[in-house]
Amino acid sequence: MSMTITEKILAAHAGAETVEPGQLVNVKVDLALGNDITAPVAIREFERIGVETVWDRDRVVLVPDHFVPNKDIKSAEQALQLREFARKHNLTNYFEVGRMGIEHCLLPEQGLVGPGDLVIGADSHTCTYGGLGAFSTGVGSTDLAAAMALGETWLKVPESIKFVYHGELPRWVSGKDLILYTIGQIGVDGALYMAMEFTGPAVEGLSMDGRLTMANMAVEAGAKNGIVPPDEITRRYVEGRAKRPYTFYSSDPDARYTKVYEFDVSKLEPQVAFPHLPENTRPVSEAGDVAIHQVVIGSCTNGRMDDLRIAAEVLKGHKVNDNIRLIVIPGTQDIYLQAMKEGIVEQFINAGAAVSTPTCGPCLGGYMGILAKGERSLATTNRNFVGRMGSPESEVYLCNPAVAAASAVLGRIAAPWEVE
Amino acid sequence: MMIQGKAWKFGADVDTDAIIPARYLNTSDPAELAKYCMEDADPEFANKVKPGDVIVADKNFGCGSSREHAPIAIKAAGVGCVIAKSYARIFYRNAFNIGLLIFESPEAADGIKEGDEISVDPGQGLIKNLTRGEEYRATPVPDFMQQIIAAGGLIDYVSQRLKK
Repeated sequence: MSMTITEKILAAHAGAETVEPGQLVNVKVDLALGNDITAPVAIREFERIGVETVWDRDRVVLVPDHFVPNKDIKSAEQALQLREFARKHNLTNYFEVGRMGIEHCLLPEQGLVGPGDLVIGADSHTCTYGGLGAFSTGVGSTDLAAAMALGETWLKVPESIKFVYHGELPRWVSGKDLILYTIGQIGVDGALYMAMEFTGPAVEGLSMDGRLTMANMAVEAGAKNGIVPPDEITRRYVEGRAKRPYTFYSSDPDARYTKVYEFDVSKLEPQVAFPHLPENTRPVSEAGDVAIHQVVIGSCTNGRMDDLRIAAEVLKGHKVNDNIRLIVIPGTQDIYLQAMKEGIVEQFINAGAAVSTPTCGPCLGGYMGILAKGERSLATTNRNFVGRMGSPESEVYLCNPAVAAASAVLGRIAAPWEVE
Repeated sequence: MMIQGKAWKFGADVDTDAIIPARYLNTSDPAELAKYCMEDADPEFANKVKPGDVIVADKNFGCGSSREHAPIAIKAAGVGCVIAKSYARIFYRNAFNIGLLIFESPEAADGIKEGDEISVDPGQGLIKNLTRGEEYRATPVPDFMQQIIAAGGLIDYVSQRLKK
């Protein structure tokens, strides 16, 4: 029977020849992930199960990243719970402040996830690893607790939607724009419970960073997972990096899809999502005159090396506008260090930006850039819900790093070509 | 066990940040989370809601984050159940895992108005609007999810499985 890449990965982990959409399967997980918000609840539930220790100390990964370095006493206590649990169970993959990163930037970088893997994480953006050709999906803390004990979880095999992106992407247009445009087309529940398979020449032309960005926001369309078929770019990324063997899967030519969308993206503009849903997208040239107060470049969506490089390129020779606070947050310590080596951090600071240690921080309204009532932030993050970055009466606009940098210079939502 | 209470209506795509804003996620204490339940959708909700009351919403309820704190906050606030046209998938799983009753019923979501007195028979998936004298059916819960509910939630289900 013909299968999609998602179905093949699920079948392989269910020990089945084939699976089909709608079927409930019990699958082995390659990795189970939690962070400083979700793991404390998972640890509490795990301790109720009555097992001595975790199923595999190499495969339960804890990354404190949301509110660390600890933003307040309660956050410190939550981070402490992770640290103590990691020590008690001798976890290999616990990442302390100073050695950590934003979880979904960190795991691919450290080679902890590879093509063909099945990963669950108590964080909705766990779907990021689809960029590598893995099946990965977000779950809640209780599902994580069960997987920490069993090394298994149950999943309903999702129907798949295929997206084919034709043409070559214009300058300044990135994986972020492809996914924002797609969510704009299908809506925030346009792929509810489904697999989004991203294909076509424009996706094949994306770097790994761009692919991870695309898969990252599949959940913003309601999807269970997003996935990019692995290829030579994938191979080059994982070679010498992957800590476990990996498998390249691909969809059969006659695999079944619930829907197929074909987009010609050769004339696509950078996209901006207006408040308060990621589906409220417009081409940047139609954004109008939107004055902003803060710009954030970072997050599990756009805190990678490609993102910092393009932002620095746009900022070159410019200063951050007097009315703007520009906050740049490299996704991991390695990215931070690389940005320093390339002179990018110096460039940001000289332009008048604040550069932070890795953290999810402002993306979810944690800290490091909270908005007051009436303030607007343009951000390379993933959600622009009411109150997402602070006051319920503030606003968040989403965009790619090039648009973010240009807007930081001009003090309003602006296209990169306006500062060239 | 029957649920009976007043309906509180919400719109489409109610996200987990509206259900429990991240500024309160430095704790996972249910009683603490309950104080801020639905704060960014209706700042007065936690004060107004009475035990057994019902949240009635449009499509894609609980979209966004995977935070289990969202269904925990709703349950701890005393809400009897949630009725919506559809749910975001992680919220749907989480609700079953922690024992918050949720029902999918487009006709109920359309028919029920704010303040209506609602009774729900969870076993039958039958929703009654006592104010308007109307009845609605909820989409049946998949068998496997019913096993989780019958075991008392996912953790008890897993413990029982491990003991076998």
